Amino acid sequence: MDSLVKPLERTAAVELDARSLYLRRLVVRALEGGERGHIGSSMSLIEILRVLYDDVLRFRAADPRWPARDRMILSKGHGCLALYAVLADKGFFSLDTLDTFCRRDSILGGHPEAGKVPGVEASTGALGHGLSVGLGMALAVRVRKSDSRIFVVTGDGEINEGSVWEAAMCAGKHGVSNLTAIVDYNKIQSAGPTREIQDLEPLADKWRAFGFAVAEVDGHDVDALRDVFGQVPLTAGRPTAIICHTVKGKGIPFAENDANWHHKAKIGADVVARMYGALE
Amino acid sequence: MRNTCLNQVHALAKRDERVVFIGSDLSPGLLADMKREMPDRWYMEGITEQNVVGMAAGFAMEGFIPYVNTIATFITRRCYEQVAVDLCLHDLPVRLIGNGGGLVYAPLGPTHLAIEDIAIMRALPNMAVVAVCDAQEMQAFMNVSLGWPHPIYIRLAKGGDPVVSRKENGFAIGKAIPMRRARARRPVVLMATGVMTTNSLAAAELLEREGIDAAVLHIHTVKPLDEAAVLEHAAGAALVVTVEEGVGIGGLGSAVTDLLVEKLGTGLPAMRRIALPDAFPHHYGVQDDLFDMFGLTPRQIAATVGAALKAKDLVA
Repeated sequence: MDSLVKPLERTAAVELDARSLYLRRLVVRALEGGERGHIGSSMSLIEILRVLYDDVLRFRAADPRWPARDRMILSKGHGCLALYAVLADKGFFSLDTLDTFCRRDSILGGHPEAGKVPGVEASTGALGHGLSVGLGMALAVRVRKSDSRIFVVTGDGEINEGSVWEAAMCAGKHGVSNLTAIVDYNKIQSAGPTREIQDLEPLADKWRAFGFAVAEVDGHDVDALRDVFGQVPLTAGRPTAIICHTVKGKGIPFAENDANWHHKAKIGADVVARMYGALE
Repeated sequence: MRNTCLNQVHALAKRDERVVFIGSDLSPGLLADMKREMPDRWYMEGITEQNVVGMAAGFAMEGFIPYVNTIATFITRRCYEQVAVDLCLHDLPVRLIGNGGGLVYAPLGPTHLAIEDIAIMRALPNMAVVAVCDAQEMQAFMNVSLGWPHPIYIRLAKGGDPVVSRKENGFAIGKAIPMRRARARRPVVLMATGVMTTNSLAAAELLEREGIDAAVLHIHTVKPLDEAAVLEHAAGAALVVTVEEGVGIGGLGSAVTDLLVEKLGTGLPAMRRIALPDAFPHHYGVQDDLFDMFGLTPRQIAATVGAALKAKDLVA
């Protein structure tokens, strides 16, 4: 694992392939429908979710509650546009549904709701909840002797919440190797750079101190993500934390690394056109 | 009551493999037999209330029925968002067992007094709020708790409380129990929850000596409120008095008033609400001392009823 445990301050300038560009266009399609959304927070997540759903998770889109499935909780619920894009692409619901984002009767709200959106395991949006819920699931499937795995994707600002560290402490105690925390570490939270607002460093050491096996990876490098996700659990008898170094707004040059693009409302046709232009 | 409740968790767990116990940092050896017999369904997670509630939600999402236990103030206030979002929004069958409801922890001061637990739990959609009056009723409640498909907040009293419930009354969540019936055409009706039912029954005895006929309706489930029973008892009552060991804002008296205003409109009965004031108690002593301070003893309840009747020139 040593090769993976490298402090990465910034991601390499990863060239997005056709599939990554396509999934981002689906995000823009939903943004166009809702005229609003968490752009930066969703664009940094695309490769993480893409690789999970393409290569890692066991699921049946036609049977979202299939008991033998792996569970994925998007704890940073505000990144739901990325999840909606991937779930639509996988056939959990139709691509047309993306056009209804945030509309009155849509199933797709500004934060994902379980029981409403096929494939969404837990309603999230209030931050710092997903890891505890995932821990409960991990223990429950262990009691049942099921081999399902639980993946919880958190934000970086999100893990300011003390509840995350309560959950981490308990997960470490229980040695739940079927639980993996994935941090979308784009280094920018709503108010600005994480280094200024609430510095998380040394982040890998923190997770390690709580009993996790830790890896760091470029969160836009599909091959690297595939490689590290494929090795979970990294250490037998321990939960895993994978810190994904990402770029806020990845793929939209005028939104990248800019806290002002964390969330945007009243997104006009001109901005949508510029986004599509960047993603051709 | 507390021992009965927790022993019942163990008994239920033997009966139903979906039952899980999750505590925070409770007494040494708590449910030691359960821990020994079923170690994968007994958890003591430390002082991590937010995590404990989220963890319970995860278990419930996987089909388990978690019974979560810690001190009432901490299981309600400390993790309110987890209770709201993880439990209530997902409408999961998690049971929150709050030790020391109301004024039980009098000597420990205001940080440990659960004065608004009923109010804040009642405000959450999907949450049921149950405050039984004694250990015998706790046993009956726990037996039926398994089948309730939604979250429940269970308020525990001090323990060793006098047994006033009667087995023949049975127990159904959301179904109030007439504990004392009146013969008068226009009686006083005391509506109470938790151990205030015990004090209300004693108050009714005192009132009887003064020639005042009072019925007592035991509303062990504050939410969902037994609307039919409340309306039936309020109809024709000379005076409705709600009695609770909690703040008036949002509690039982508030629930009863809301219902009567909504359903009866202009034909409201005369009412008094006996509850804690909108203030943190700053005295110690024991629970009974605080009852006395806040007008919750049987003698004080009877006096409040008598004064209300006199003020209104009502006949009971």
